[in-house]
Amino acid sequence: MTFEIFLQQLANGISVGSLYALIAIGYTMVYGILRLINFAHGDIFMMAAYFMIFSMVNFGLPWYVSTVIVIAATILLGVVIEKVAYKPLRDASRMSIMISAIGVSFLLQNLATYLFTGVPKGFPDIPFLTRAISFGNVSLSVVTVVTPIITIISLFVVLFITNKTKIGMAMRAVSKDFETAKLMGININNVISSTFVIGSGLAAIGAILWGSKYATVIPVMGVMPGLKCFIAAVLGGIGNTTGAVIGGFILGMSEIMLVSFLPPLTGYRDAIAFVILIIVLLIKPTGLLGEKVTDKV
Amino acid sequence: MITNKKNKSFRKLNILLVIIAIILLYLIDSDIVGNQYIKRILNLCAIYTIVSVSMNLVNGFTGLFSLGQAGFMAIGAYTVAIFTVPVELRESIFYVVPQNPTLSQIQIPFFSALLIGGLLAAFVAILIGMPVLRLKSDYLAIATLGFSEIIRIIFTNIKTITNGALGINRIPVIPSLDVELGYFNISFGPMWSIFGIAALSVLLIYLLVNSSYGRAFKAIREDDIAAQAMGINLFKHKVMSFAIGAFFAGIGGGLLASLLGTVDPKQFYFTMTYNFLLIIVLGGMGSISGTVIASFIVTAGLELLRFFDEPLTLFGVNIPIFRAGLRMVIYSILLMVLVLFFRNGLLGQKELSWNAIIEWFKNKMPSHKKSERGAL
Repeated sequence: MTFEIFLQQLANGISVGSLYALIAIGYTMVYGILRLINFAHGDIFMMAAYFMIFSMVNFGLPWYVSTVIVIAATILLGVVIEKVAYKPLRDASRMSIMISAIGVSFLLQNLATYLFTGVPKGFPDIPFLTRAISFGNVSLSVVTVVTPIITIISLFVVLFITNKTKIGMAMRAVSKDFETAKLMGININNVISSTFVIGSGLAAIGAILWGSKYATVIPVMGVMPGLKCFIAAVLGGIGNTTGAVIGGFILGMSEIMLVSFLPPLTGYRDAIAFVILIIVLLIKPTGLLGEKVTDKV
Repeated sequence: MITNKKNKSFRKLNILLVIIAIILLYLIDSDIVGNQYIKRILNLCAIYTIVSVSMNLVNGFTGLFSLGQAGFMAIGAYTVAIFTVPVELRESIFYVVPQNPTLSQIQIPFFSALLIGGLLAAFVAILIGMPVLRLKSDYLAIATLGFSEIIRIIFTNIKTITNGALGINRIPVIPSLDVELGYFNISFGPMWSIFGIAALSVLLIYLLVNSSYGRAFKAIREDDIAAQAMGINLFKHKVMSFAIGAFFAGIGGGLLASLLGTVDPKQFYFTMTYNFLLIIVLGGMGSISGTVIASFIVTAGLELLRFFDEPLTLFGVNIPIFRAGLRMVIYSILLMVLVLFFRNGLLGQKELSWNAIIEWFKNKMPSHKKSERGAL
């Protein structure tokens, strides 16, 4: 392997990793507050990609207008899902609420198959993002370079919101202790909605970048990234935003490196995430940056 | 005395029901009643019953949220597929990558292959369960789901054994059992085997749940720390429940492979597990009879909903919402309604019995009479 190819793969790994990181932030925030694996998160991401196709291809809007519309629509979808499928089950067992999340995920996939058919659809070309630029002998598309930058910016915005604003303080309080936070007069429903707003918004940005990178959209495209990003969140320490981003980078990097250094194992690319998950759960279930939680009897 | 008499008459009723079921089975199996389509759906219902009841053992009775059923089914299905396909057909099935030379010479009878598939699934479950079952609720769910995906990915990649993404087809149907009774030559078709195995599985799980092991499972479900304090070996019981669940899932998978005649890795995508999840939620987590009823309702219901996928023309107007995919949308909406509004399912943690049915009617009747009196 030449040095140029190595650099190319490195950039590729960072870019895939930062896409995972963007989606993982949504998982980790929802889990931190509701203690719920939001199985539907990957499918919200998938719907965002279809929204983008609709707005650019069917309505012919320019990409910057579409981006705003898609982010808004995805946030709306995320909040509606929370209100309809998760809010009524707030006092139910964790198993019920998780089954509900699985149900939403299943519904979104079937709905997408019904509305848009299972045939892959081309993602609209955003010339600004798909243009190639070269550094010496290494040629990359703009999206590969831009993705990590957007992820880092998003991470800082999320960290600012959770650490410096009033709603962020409420979020931290709710994730520490649901009941006490309620007693302190925090409006739990607002806090939960705002985590879904942030998570879905980032999923929408992720979907636009993903679409520009891979160019096709299918109804089940959210499933694998969804599971992998949850794994990234677990790897980083669930509930911890910075951890989710680090986890996403590690996961993306290990996938790309496996494929480029051990080509015979390419077929096992999707299995790597699960292997990492199981190793993490066995060795350090709290993840890299997670806090230790003790069970109360 | 009265209860004794009541129980005796209930036992008679039960025997009568079993006889009716056997007669129906005979009529359908020998094509006197119904057709191939109905036969196939009923067989599918019975196979789904096996897998769902085994999943309920793990999720409903032991309280372990496991989503690995599809992976264990894949193990059973592939074992049957690999070992029962006639040796002379192997070359034409494995036409891209030839099968492993030792494996391609081995052919074993269906029932042995089925048993081996179940045992293999249980063995894998023990291997997986030892590390994973230390995890709690949602972590366990995601880890088991991960393992079921890993199993599927491995099957996609070991082409010399499983034929990769192409899958294995031309799997022979379940052999008929011929019994000679003097002058009569009775042939028990595949349906007898499937329903027989389903009944046996349900019976075994029922006996298990009502044994001392079953009580330990339920104690773990209610509160694992309290159960441990009472001296129940958590690890042993969790692994046991998980492995038994996997064994029956493997058996179900093997039967499915033979019924469909073909296996490929895509069938065992983890969304398949969602079907069984829907069934146990509908039947009631922790109710065997509820699960059996729900298996038949869901499996047959999915077939009945098929008309939603066909274009519909009412009074000469083509109704545009009826097209491919609508069925699954309705199916998933029903799942959501069930989860949100009928969380206990049909039976909750109760079992169906004659007493329960009579109680239910008694509760309905007085209000009925009152309203009649009011009307008068």
